[in-house]
Amino acid sequence: MPDGGGGTPAIEAAGLRKRFGEVEALAGAGFTVERGELAAILGPSGCGKTTALRVVAGLERADAGEVRIGGRRVAGEGAFAPPERRRIGFVTQDFSLFPHLDVGGNVAFGLAEGGWRGRLAGRLPGAGRALPARAAEMLDLVGLSGFEGRYPHELSGGEAQRVALARALAPEPEAVLMDEPFSNLDENLRASLRLEMREILKAAGTAAAFVTHDREEALSLADRIILMRAGQVEQIGTPSEAYHRPATAFAARFVGDANLLRGVREGDAAETELGRVRIFGTDAAEGAEISLLVRPDQVELRREGEGARVRVERCEYYGHDQVVHARLASGTRLDARLDTRETWQEGDEGIATVPEPAAAFAADEPIE
Amino acid sequence: MVGFAGVRHTAAGRRRAAVRFSPLWAAAVLAAAAAACPLIYLAVRAAEADAEAWLDVLSTDTLRLLGNTAGLAAAVTAASAALAVPIAWLTERTDLPGARWWRTLCVAPLAVPSYVGSLAIIAALGPNGALQRLLEPLGVASIPELYGFWGAWLALTLFTFPYIVLVLRAGMRDMDPALEEASRSLGKGSWGTFRRVTLPQLRVPLAAGALLVALYVVSDFGAVSMMRFDTFTRAIFIRFQASIDRSTLAVLSLVLVALVLVVLAAEASQRRRGRYHRLGGGAARAARAAALGSWRRPAQGYLGLVVLLALAMPLGVLAWQFGRGIDEARTFDGLGGAVAGSLQAAALAGAAAVIAAMPIAVTAVRRAGAAAAILERLAYVGYSLPGVVVAFSLVFLSVQVLLPTWPGLYQSLAVLVFAYVVLFLPQASGAIQAALVRVQPSVEEASRSLGRGQLRTFLTVTCRLAAPGLASGFALVFLTTMKELPATLLLSPIGFDTLAWRVWDATEDAYLARAAAAGLLLILAAAAPLPLLLRQGRVPDA
Repeated sequence: MPDGGGGTPAIEAAGLRKRFGEVEALAGAGFTVERGELAAILGPSGCGKTTALRVVAGLERADAGEVRIGGRRVAGEGAFAPPERRRIGFVTQDFSLFPHLDVGGNVAFGLAEGGWRGRLAGRLPGAGRALPARAAEMLDLVGLSGFEGRYPHELSGGEAQRVALARALAPEPEAVLMDEPFSNLDENLRASLRLEMREILKAAGTAAAFVTHDREEALSLADRIILMRAGQVEQIGTPSEAYHRPATAFAARFVGDANLLRGVREGDAAETELGRVRIFGTDAAEGAEISLLVRPDQVELRREGEGARVRVERCEYYGHDQVVHARLASGTRLDARLDTRETWQEGDEGIATVPEPAAAFAADEPIE
Repeated sequence: MVGFAGVRHTAAGRRRAAVRFSPLWAAAVLAAAAAACPLIYLAVRAAEADAEAWLDVLSTDTLRLLGNTAGLAAAVTAASAALAVPIAWLTERTDLPGARWWRTLCVAPLAVPSYVGSLAIIAALGPNGALQRLLEPLGVASIPELYGFWGAWLALTLFTFPYIVLVLRAGMRDMDPALEEASRSLGKGSWGTFRRVTLPQLRVPLAAGALLVALYVVSDFGAVSMMRFDTFTRAIFIRFQASIDRSTLAVLSLVLVALVLVVLAAEASQRRRGRYHRLGGGAARAARAAALGSWRRPAQGYLGLVVLLALAMPLGVLAWQFGRGIDEARTFDGLGGAVAGSLQAAALAGAAAVIAAMPIAVTAVRRAGAAAAILERLAYVGYSLPGVVVAFSLVFLSVQVLLPTWPGLYQSLAVLVFAYVVLFLPQASGAIQAALVRVQPSVEEASRSLGRGQLRTFLTVTCRLAAPGLASGFALVFLTTMKELPATLLLSPIGFDTLAWRVWDATEDAYLARAAAAGLLLILAAAAPLPLLLRQGRVPDA
């Protein structure tokens, strides 16, 4: 776990609860975001991730729980700091740029010089129309120097997003929160914009948390993933931990594709249709029935050898790799992600093995 | 899970957290209470009324008044909406040549007071009017009777339809063009798109505009007096002058209030669908204009006809009447004082109404729930009461309250301005609401998270973005105040002269040239804030 150079975390949230009428949006969620860290709050639609973000930002009052920002309590035990006193930058899904202000005005908005006093000073004879230095610096950081005179309706989606980020960063917040920051952007742009956003945030050195339901977005962008489900935090870990060491069956299924197998525990392995597969992560009793979640990239497929016989039904070819959809003799489906040195076709027979340990869970733990 | 996804996206849940002022509530309650005080007076009076007064009111004569008033309001509203929808669309969303000029010309009739316009219509189309003189040589001996229902209907439609045009155009400007584009790409033609996508989105502004017109008609005193059509206001004014029994008047007024509540309920059912701010996609793009093609000529012909009837005809007839009396010195006696008085009263009323309306509008738009709805309805109370009724309530209230405590305020301009605010508060609050509905709560949240407190966010973001609404609210109240007749007649401080007074005096003593001069000036002065209305909603230059 990256420690972020010590000191208090940028955001600490604990025991957050929030009800909207009948619906319990947050049921005791808690997490921390370290300084300089980029965290993803990942979860299915309706898991409470956006509510959690809004509670941290002060845009929503939690029914219970505590929020600390930079070590300072802003909510909990009767305290409630309004959003403007939290030193939190917030970037909404639709970016919420002020339509009446140009880019310079938007970025300078949160700065002392961005208020009416500042603008008045800027309009004094001879003063010209100076952009506050911090705003210029932020525009430069997001690569939009020279855009300060444009209005929001003249910007592309990616530019609007970067303006929103610059605006949020300008007042030097403890952390920046982003609600589904890429959902309103063109699919083709997302990959490059993600990288760009990560670089900007790292250059600014500001802690950030963003909400997403897209696991690829979370895995590729975040230092740490906070996986939420039904108002609670399911697992917190690095992308690698989340992918390779899922804490629950839900986590395993949500963070990546997985094959579901049944088996019987025998020591640190399980006897399955695929033969003996090494396992981790369960305290099920010896001989107990367990579920195994096997990532497609853990499956090896060869033309012959020791292992379970499978029949190829379909193959998706991606160039750098391929996904082979196969079926065991029993009818159980098995997907394998393979390199492309060998090509597979419908009807091919092969031998499947799982050489690496697979995540195992008690058989009665709900998978979906 | 699915249910919760719905909750997460309801704006209402977020709104509650975003605006949590109690000073706002206090201001809204105060403004609504001020607007409602004449009604409270009426209720108290009516409660004191004896059985005889009630029996008098429940006579067949009252039923006749009720039928007349409701019928006139329905007919005028329907005709105004039918006139206004094509005008708004043609001037806002098509490639009509000279759309800018048509926009101005089609809103200008708002500056014609209904009683001045009625006078002009009578002079033009009435017995021995201009039309009859033109037709006489052609062998037409008489033209259909103008006085009564159709005269009042014509006058009120011609001079109130621009309210609907204005509100509709503001709605169209803020509409997301992507929705229409989506409809076109889904195979709907331009008419199909207008009917299935544009029109449903315009339901809220259309209902708001129609409500303004319907309430205007119910409260109108000038046109029905000129056209001698018996509605409640005319009957009440006549009784107010003749009778001493205030209780009977109060009961009669309450029947009228009940009628207004029916209109309000109809509007509420229209509006239940609620809010239409644009979701997603950064900032709005400008809409693409629809190509009129071969419909260009008929469209221009239609607009030309409307402008001819609602603007050119009254102006022409008044100018003709004025020209006939220009040589006589008494035509211009004391005109300057009347101009100054009208401008002063209207500007004060506009500013006061906007200040009072802002908290009500914010509460209504941003706070779901019964209390906010009640406040908004209370603000409509004064507007729904005819000027005559508000005026006589305030005459008595100021006798009972002001005279013993602040005699300086008794019969002062402040009481008159207060009456105007009570009467026209909803015009300001409606215009502000139309603008506020488009201010996305997330933009206010962005301001909060950038370190600006509630009050500063409200002043620098919400008010700024709603500025077009504030401006159009001011202009609407200014216009209506200039034209207001009955409250002006009853509450003006002694010696305070206005143009409306002058027109009323002149028409009373049948000296039309004097009336024509004041009427023309009234039209010109009331037209002055129109550019402000037309400019609303623009993105400002840097």
